[in-house]
Amino acid sequence: MDALYREEILEHYKFPRNRGALQHPDITYKDTNPLCGDEVQIDLSIKENRVTDVKFQAKGCAISQAATSMLTDMIEGKTLDEIKQLGKKEILEALGIELGPVRLKCALLCLKVLKSGVYGIKEWPT
Amino acid sequence: MTFPTEKIRSDFPILKRKIGSKALVYLDNAASSQKPKQVIEAMDAFYQSSYANIHRGIYTIAEEATELYENARKSVARFLNAASESEIVFTRGTTEGINLVRFAWGRKNIEEGDEILLTEMEHHSNLVPWQLLAQEKGATLKFIPFDAQGRLQLDRLDSLLTPKTKLAACAFASNTFGTINPVEKIIAAAHAKGIPVLLDAAQAVPHFKIDLQKLDCDFLAFSSHKMLGPTGIGVLYGKKRHLEKMDPFLGGGEMIKKVEWDHATWNDIPWKFEAGTQSIAEAVGLHAAIQYLNHVELDKIFEHDQSLVRYCMERLPEIDGLTMYGPPAHERTGLIAFSIRDIHPHDIAAVLDRNGICVRAGHHCTQPLHRKLGLEATVRASFYLYNTKEEVDLLVDGLKDTVKLFRK
Repeated sequence: MDALYREEILEHYKFPRNRGALQHPDITYKDTNPLCGDEVQIDLSIKENRVTDVKFQAKGCAISQAATSMLTDMIEGKTLDEIKQLGKKEILEALGIELGPVRLKCALLCLKVLKSGVYGIKEWPT
Repeated sequence: MTFPTEKIRSDFPILKRKIGSKALVYLDNAASSQKPKQVIEAMDAFYQSSYANIHRGIYTIAEEATELYENARKSVARFLNAASESEIVFTRGTTEGINLVRFAWGRKNIEEGDEILLTEMEHHSNLVPWQLLAQEKGATLKFIPFDAQGRLQLDRLDSLLTPKTKLAACAFASNTFGTINPVEKIIAAAHAKGIPVLLDAAQAVPHFKIDLQKLDCDFLAFSSHKMLGPTGIGVLYGKKRHLEKMDPFLGGGEMIKKVEWDHATWNDIPWKFEAGTQSIAEAVGLHAAIQYLNHVELDKIFEHDQSLVRYCMERLPEIDGLTMYGPPAHERTGLIAFSIRDIHPHDIAAVLDRNGICVRAGHHCTQPLHRKLGLEATVRASFYLYNTKEEVDLLVDGLKDTVKLFRK
């Protein structure tokens, strides 16, 4: 019905993969998009530099929630170095839609959170 | 009495626009209004035949431009029944008008320990300037709270106006609830204690008649772009006795009388506050907008807007999980903010956009208000003279589609 909300996006939005929190995460990071109040937290378990488990909690629009769900799907089993290589391109390919500048921020919040966590940034520089 | 919607719609070129295959349904008038061809053509004609800088040119078109600019000021004064056009200061918009008062009046009159009384439903533009002034001076902000219906709770007004209160600043109409606030009561209570009152009238001037001499507020600010006029110009009304005692706002050309190397004396009001080249064509456009509103008649526009919001509020409860915010229709301007359970306002606005419908989704520059309601964001539909009942129906249909799409 709608080009923006493709079936796959709605699928991830309604039935998110990896939703929740880890009991003892090795890496956890949370950030918000002040523009719309979207909030994403990603928890990772790491063994030998590889993601063995991932959970996320997200509050916000369908785009940001679906993108986060897709991203967590994408990184299971990946090494931290592989995660550092992930970029905007991979997220947009997974979503399979074109986004304007405002919604792009919704889609990329999860990537910002993931990479901040993986790079060990304590707080996003302002 | 029938409202000439068809005739009005034919005056707004943008309403012929399609979004994809859908007709444009513009319901974001509280953010900004569209422009009739009368306004666009007036500005165009000015640029094509009379454009020059104003005030000092000794040639025909400079004199024409000056006259057009000052005529615009007179038309604003008449439109609001100000006592004198010298009380009408052109600004860039509501925000600049309020900041003008902050700098030119506030810095002189607010001292450490003083209080500024606001309401909990202020737009950031009538909140942040006062936060900055309060921080600068060591003053305190106090707030008139709102109730569950988005009405100001005035029972505490008297105790909130203390001997330390130096200014009360209040939205005439809320941009989120739509509430038309009982500003007359606030003005009367404040004046009884000698406290001046500033009104943020951005959501009021475009929608209903204001008689400044009857209202008796001390300052009133609004923008042209929300009332069919161009962006880049707005108005600050100030009582003569305040304006005359105030310091200048920006320093530069035109705001001076005589300049020496190390000091200057100030021009008369209102020009004392109009430094630099002003938005001249925009003043011409604002004048045309006022003529257009006068021609249609504000009273009729108000009735029309209210009939649309009443109809909209009758139909919105058809949508599963929808909550409306603010008072009953007859207490508000033509806008309604709402949320739908478990569906983010951005998703609602994005689906509506696919149907050609423009609404606002977000915090509408009232973050503390949303926080008090426990919300991050709402969706807001706001109506104006060119909107129709059929467009309300399209909005309701669009919302039903949205719910179908996102319900888990």
